[in-house]
Amino acid sequence: METNKYILEFEKPINDLYKKIDELSILSSDKNKKELNLDISIIKDKAEKLREKVYSNLEPIQIVQIARHPERPLMLDYVKNVFDDFLELHGDRYFGDDTALIGGFSNFEGQPVMVIGQQKGASTKMNLYRNFGMPQPEGYRKALRLMKMAEKFNIPIITLVDTPGAYPGLGSEERGVAEAIAHNLQDMAGLSVPIISIIIGEGGSGGALGIAIGNKVAMLKYSIYSVITPEGCAAILWRDAGLSSVAADSLGIISEKLLEMKVVDEIIEEPLGGAHSDRQKVYKKVKIFIKKELKRYSKYSKEKLIQERYDRFRSIGEYYE
Amino acid sequence: MSILDWFAKKNDSVVVERSKLDIPGNLWVKCITCNGVLYSKDLEENNKVCPHCGHHFRLTSKERMKLILDKDSFEEFFSTMQPKNALGFKDTISYDERIKKAKKSSNLNEAVVTGKGLLDDYEVVVGIMDFSYMGGSMGSVVGEKLTRAIEYATEHNLPVIIFSSSGGARMQEGVLSLMQMAKTSAAIYRLKQKNLLYISVLCDPTTGGTTASFAMLGDINMTEPNALIGFAGPRVIEQTIRQKLPKKFQRSEYLLEHGMIDYITERKDMKPVLSRILGYTSHKKISKGNNNGN
Ligand SMILES: [Zn+2]
Repeated sequence: METNKYILEFEKPINDLYKKIDELSILSSDKNKKELNLDISIIKDKAEKLREKVYSNLEPIQIVQIARHPERPLMLDYVKNVFDDFLELHGDRYFGDDTALIGGFSNFEGQPVMVIGQQKGASTKMNLYRNFGMPQPEGYRKALRLMKMAEKFNIPIITLVDTPGAYPGLGSEERGVAEAIAHNLQDMAGLSVPIISIIIGEGGSGGALGIAIGNKVAMLKYSIYSVITPEGCAAILWRDAGLSSVAADSLGIISEKLLEMKVVDEIIEEPLGGAHSDRQKVYKKVKIFIKKELKRYSKYSKEKLIQERYDRFRSIGEYYE
Repeated sequence: MSILDWFAKKNDSVVVERSKLDIPGNLWVKCITCNGVLYSKDLEENNKVCPHCGHHFRLTSKERMKLILDKDSFEEFFSTMQPKNALGFKDTISYDERIKKAKKSSNLNEAVVTGKGLLDDYEVVVGIMDFSYMGGSMGSVVGEKLTRAIEYATEHNLPVIIFSSSGGARMQEGVLSLMQMAKTSAAIYRLKQKNLLYISVLCDPTTGGTTASFAMLGDINMTEPNALIGFAGPRVIEQTIRQKLPKKFQRSEYLLEHGMIDYITERKDMKPVLSRILGYTSHKKISKGNNNGN
């Protein structure tokens, strides 16, 4: 277990038990070691059972909290731990470089790939630099530029999605953030290389979708994907952001529900306690997933890749004829 | 997020104005821009444009069609499609109730009408969104109807014109609504691959996921004066940047200035301008008695 600074409300009872264990460990001397160790293992057992219980009955709003956990691994953590290397490429060639949506060349077990994703900041200072992972038009235009380059050199694209949404700002609107996202949705439909998308944290609406037109879209178990934030939804429907837990229940934003609706194709398991409680385990799972998909798509023709991606999104929707 | 504005507007003059117009026998309407008092019949005859200040009132899909297509030329596609409460969504009332209410108040099955027709004898596929049905929000039916219409045009080598008027993705269908952005945009990609024309007319208001998908993807993006067009809602932006927004922000003229719109036209000139574009882009008028198109 890694020790975490930020404890979510529902994790407190578990955390309290671990605190007790720490206290007991300090008290431990040669004389009472045997006794105390027995106590410690009993409490540890109890804590793990409690964790299992809590995590098998998580409410959607609690999953939202895990998806936004300040210690949850971020895009660059995956880049560092899942890929061999990374050469970041900057700029949209029109206006600027977006620090919230980044990308570049990388090797995955020796195979060149293009990695693109939203990067949140790990601290307040970095969050300001990363604009809290909220991209502006430049980010989407840079992403598309890099994707087209990947197509040119016939290398697969891997996108890692983690954003509250595109940035709702003045400049962002003026420079056409809607047009930038729309353009990506349109042009990603025609790319002739595999696109593998993984929602690693928050999949915030159009801001997430703008890089998530994958042949395959996977989701980490405790990540979310939503048309609107639960808070935003509650503010609109009930004029009360406090009802965000009700909105989270209604919007169908958790991985199991999205798998059922075929919005995502696969769930990548996380340890009980979330990705941040055992990062290495999650990196390994992500690695296995990417390896499997790259292998599968290596046999696809360009036409088949494009057709599969079209059909994937074409089939989503529920209605009566 | 911009559906915020639709809900906010539900209580103010915009919707009041519409319901006034829809009540037969209600002879007088107040213009929300100039406060002028207008005789309903005059307003209708002027295509719902205020004769004093030029304010463009919103049109229903039926009114828009009448304005754009040649008389009796419209053939509707997929008219029976209806929404489904796939998530079991419930806010103050259930989505099923909301669907019933919307159908009753708008007399429509959904927020878009699709089909083909003639525009000055040019054969065109059209999609016309209707704000009076749940704020023109895009759920599965809107996405599917538009996609099928675009695919029909792609298959039959016809140009597409879509009039949007929409608060964005429909919350009540959750991520399914979001996915309609991908679906419609991919269909537009295939249409353009065949070098077929797509004209997007962004009508008041077009925001959120609708703007961030097919509505911004026209070969030609057009609009009427002073239409609200944007991604995020103005209130959300103000809260984020903590400063007042410039005058005319997210209005047609502002978008034109910032390079997002090709052309703004008054309502009376919409059809002639569309006809000219179809001409410039080498489309052929059908001769009477031959409806095989170009
Ligand atoms: Zn007026």
